[in-house]
Amino acid sequence: MLVGWIALATYVVMAGARLDFSIERFVVGLDNAQRFLDRMFPPEILQADSMVRGLVESLEISVLASCAGIALSLPLGVLAARNLMPAWVSWPARALIALCRSFHPVIVAILFVKAVGFGALAGILTLTVASVGFIGKLFAEAIEEISLKQVEAVRATGAPFASVLAYGVLPQVMSRFVGFATYQVDSNLRNSTMVGIVGAGGIGSTLFAAFQRFDYSFVCAILLAIIAMIMVGETLARLVRSILGIDARRSDA
Amino acid sequence: MSTASALAIRGLVKAYQPGKPVLRGIDLDIGPGGLTAIIGASGTGKSTLIRCINRLVEPTAGSIVFEGRDLVQLDRRRLREARRTIGMVFQEYNLVERLSVMENLLCGRLGYVSAWNAWWRRYPQADIDRAFELLDIVGLSGFEHRRADGLSGGQRQRVGIARAVMQNPRLLLADEPTSSLDPRTSVDIMQLLANLGQSLSVPVIVNMHDVDLARRFASRIIGMADGGIVYDGSPNDLSDEQLRAVYGGEGWLS
Repeated sequence: MLVGWIALATYVVMAGARLDFSIERFVVGLDNAQRFLDRMFPPEILQADSMVRGLVESLEISVLASCAGIALSLPLGVLAARNLMPAWVSWPARALIALCRSFHPVIVAILFVKAVGFGALAGILTLTVASVGFIGKLFAEAIEEISLKQVEAVRATGAPFASVLAYGVLPQVMSRFVGFATYQVDSNLRNSTMVGIVGAGGIGSTLFAAFQRFDYSFVCAILLAIIAMIMVGETLARLVRSILGIDARRSDA
Repeated sequence: MSTASALAIRGLVKAYQPGKPVLRGIDLDIGPGGLTAIIGASGTGKSTLIRCINRLVEPTAGSIVFEGRDLVQLDRRRLREARRTIGMVFQEYNLVERLSVMENLLCGRLGYVSAWNAWWRRYPQADIDRAFELLDIVGLSGFEHRRADGLSGGQRQRVGIARAVMQNPRLLLADEPTSSLDPRTSVDIMQLLANLGQSLSVPVIVNMHDVDLARRFASRIIGMADGGIVYDGSPNDLSDEQLRAVYGGEGWLS
């Protein structure tokens, strides 16, 4: 036990020394931050058309990716549920979902930019992958928690499989699916402002260009615009959830 | 005998684990009508027997001939066709909790309407009329829009029975339909099952623990012990000795 604590402490000190993680370095950084903040304010919209275009594109990317992601994760989640599907179906589906979750969206975005070229398409594909990973996994888990008694009763009436899904399974998980989906829409909106930094379209590219030109007042204006957009998005998502009577974390309404 | 029987079970074996059969070669004929009660202690295979009939449990060996077809041999499509003619009532009702009473009743028609029409809730008018009629028969008129999870146990079981009858079944199975209910509601539910079986003139097979209820409503009693049939006869002939063979021991009989 003690040995473990000593080892951890030694490692922390060593790593800190190697990375120049020190009070002096922090103070130097503070100086720099002071200058940076001075140049950010007051915010100033230098290229209104580029900013508006970027924001609109981010919104479009997030909406398209959400639609595609939700449409894909509904069937994929069903296929991945081990209590409904034989192993030879659920395993590949689970592997696909795991693959979608294994990389951070920045890495996925870089891969797609290399694969399909610069622009919004790469961003849409990136966020679709993220959506499938998140909604697909949680939806499959939600299905695995359902009561099989209800499913059994519907099967016993001689219902075809699609009707068993529609009557025995989906009523038990639909509100949770909508909860996951609205949460992901929210998350996609946030991430759609990021993918542009690596060239996958949206306001991120405008932001990155402003950084590179040291137009920090414009950077500040863009950041404020992003905050406004995210807040509007969150409010809308919360509104949808409350209309449907759904709690995003645990929806048993 | 086989011409008169609606259901002929021969040599039915079910072993969940190899070498440990729960059912040890059941032979049983069920006539074209009447209520048959299967009694026996927990774990004697009553539930397995009834679930083998509509293959919610896959039999290990044997045959179950219903209306000329061996249910054990049917492929998936034919099994679905056979299942829709066999209504089933469950101990814990097994209603779809988040659907309305009417939607639960219409579940009984899922074997007859396409999945597409079922999804959009498009059912033939005759089905909807029949559902309202059955709600009236089971004493739940006016409940059609209530969600199933808002009902009491007795009300749920009435919906469960109505759902099974919606199938227009030619056989009704009930797996301990009263075991989760209070004594008075149990009598009502048994009465309802017996009456419906009679008015539809279909055989009803009911698993139960309660010997008195079985005596009161059944025209025939099957006693099971240790995966086999140890009594088969009329309720009146069921003696204490025979009950002892079914349940074992005698302290509880006094």
